[in-house]
Amino acid sequence: MKKEDIIKAGTVVYERPRLLTDNITHYCPGCSHGVVHRLIAEVLDEMDLAERAVGVAPVGCAVFAYNYIDVDWVEAAHGRAPAVATAMSRLNPGNVVFTYQGDGDLAAIGTAETIHAANRGENIVIIFINNAIYGMTGGQMAPTTLLGQKTATTPYGRTAALNGYPIKMSDILATLDGTCYVTRQAVHTPAAVRKAKSALKKAFANAVAKKGTSVVEIVSTCNSGWKLTPAQSNLWMAEHMFEKYPLGDLKNID
Amino acid sequence: MAKIKGAVVIDINRCKGCDLCVVACPADVLELQPKEVNDRGYHYAYDKNPDACIGCASCAAVCPDGCFTVYRLVCDNN
Amino acid sequence: MKGNEAIAHAAIRYGVDAYFGYPITPQSEILETLEAEMPWETTGMVVLQAESEVAAINMVYGGAASGKAVMTSSSSPGVSLKQEGISYIAASELPALIINVMRGGPGLGTIQPSQADYFQATKGGGHGDYHLIVLAPATVQEMADFVGLGFDLAFKYRNPAMILADGIVGQMMEKVVLPPFRPRRTDEEIALQCPWATTGRHGRGHRNVVTSLELESHKMEENNIRFQETYDLITRNEVRYKESHTDDAEYLIVAFGSVARICLKAIEEAREAGIKIGLLRPITLWPFPTERIAELSHQVKGILVVELNAGQMIEDVRLAVEGRVPVRHFGRMGGIVPNPTEVIEAFNQNFREK
Repeated sequence: MKKEDIIKAGTVVYERPRLLTDNITHYCPGCSHGVVHRLIAEVLDEMDLAERAVGVAPVGCAVFAYNYIDVDWVEAAHGRAPAVATAMSRLNPGNVVFTYQGDGDLAAIGTAETIHAANRGENIVIIFINNAIYGMTGGQMAPTTLLGQKTATTPYGRTAALNGYPIKMSDILATLDGTCYVTRQAVHTPAAVRKAKSALKKAFANAVAKKGTSVVEIVSTCNSGWKLTPAQSNLWMAEHMFEKYPLGDLKNID
Repeated sequence: MAKIKGAVVIDINRCKGCDLCVVACPADVLELQPKEVNDRGYHYAYDKNPDACIGCASCAAVCPDGCFTVYRLVCDNN
Repeated sequence: MKGNEAIAHAAIRYGVDAYFGYPITPQSEILETLEAEMPWETTGMVVLQAESEVAAINMVYGGAASGKAVMTSSSSPGVSLKQEGISYIAASELPALIINVMRGGPGLGTIQPSQADYFQATKGGGHGDYHLIVLAPATVQEMADFVGLGFDLAFKYRNPAMILADGIVGQMMEKVVLPPFRPRRTDEEIALQCPWATTGRHGRGHRNVVTSLELESHKMEENNIRFQETYDLITRNEVRYKESHTDDAEYLIVAFGSVARICLKAIEEAREAGIKIGLLRPITLWPFPTERIAELSHQVKGILVVELNAGQMIEDVRLAVEGRVPVRHFGRMGGIVPNPTEVIEAFNQNFREK
């Protein structure tokens, strides 16, 4: 049977989500950001939230997230997305507000804003891309960089004596009474992608139901920063990152 | 016995040749173009073995650039 | 009531949508009064004590981005922390109101009154080429009135406004007539007034994005040119000042905020002794009453600028005067407020005993 016949007679089992804009992303080939953007677009469309979803973009590689997902967006200062989202959510309670933040944004410069928004139980979704490196500025150490990991500012590998330890933000956030759902996911395999999508759905459902703050950490790759191919990066992530950042729900209050 | 046939359509000008779909495909359908490049200079993915496609959409799931449309057809072998 | 309390009551009555703040002396009564009044029960106004001044100003940014009338207040060290967010608000062309009840600095300084944040308020304060509309109240009445005026100007020009008050006017008690209640704007009114706001698409048919980022240089320059055109427009339309005894003045005192009231007292005492001094009190510190001061500089023999700082507004006065007459400064710092006699002594030292 010819391909054309299958296309003609078959059913579409996957197509580019309608909420992704036509813009080609500025991300490096193989970057996890693209997959997560796509999942957000799918989830918002499937949950019929496009008209009332508002995103808050970070400073970092995802600074241009607003170019790719066709909902209202505000571009926040570095680390301040949860504060921006706090006001937007409280002032527009009919909307569903989410932040999209990297590890530098959420776990270094924006630690206070993240912890306090979560501790207040703001009805927002925090999507946390943890790739253990600063991608946009050229591969410097992140707060989540693993011990021994080489970056532009830890050229001989991160040491605890000099740089302290990789921070497990989701574990911290799970201890706060304001969070209702904290989960750690990845998007390196088709199965992982499906789980991550379910997690995002749950998080957005929590925001709609006003259950408090949901945090979806996506352990991600930065193949440019890590100086590996995209496929190698996925393997390296599974081998090294998951030990420190194990996947699964850290908190799930129904 | 019913057999599942699949097909993929790839938006080659979105493709950045990251190879993740090639790795994810369980049926060895995909490959990066060894010589050809798209408008932006990437060796884009193409379905080298289209007949092997089972329409599982694993390629689409891992694609960071939303390049894939996946079709599936359940057909009778008789 | 206190000046700080007047601001809180005026905000509720104006129909402000939200206040975000962090306690700092000498302005904590604004947050305290709002929390005590519980406006969320009446007008629906959101009041939130943030975890820091940085968070508070970024909450203002988020609220302003969605077209709401949003404000914050702080005092000097806290306003320094807010500068990042203020720069983003200005760059994103958002209306908002920021209140600085100034205390003495630099650093942690003192909790006593000061006017040492004039440069910070009028020259931008954060990074980049931008201006706030800066209103300087001298009375508790003006503390109340400038809330509405600040928001009106902020929305008219899509530019943040600041009430630059000193600790004296924040803490002193005077009679005040509060503005009448007006309802908060509805979502439909906001959508009409602020078609750029990130309110959620809600059938708009396209997405709105609020951002200050533009990596293409020619587009960023276009943005900057547009900002400057707005500043030119504000400068043409919105200069405000108050004059006293300038008709026959041979000398001029320029002072803003509560210090202008001390100077007026000094001027009245001096006039009893036959010395004809006039007062110009800039109400908008930016835009500055440059033209009027230039006119007066043709009339008077000398100008004394009195401030609670080491000499900040005097630079703008000198720019206006362009060397036509001597411009001298009298300032106290560290939280010291001069009395009228000291002002007269300073005037005499500079202009009479030579």
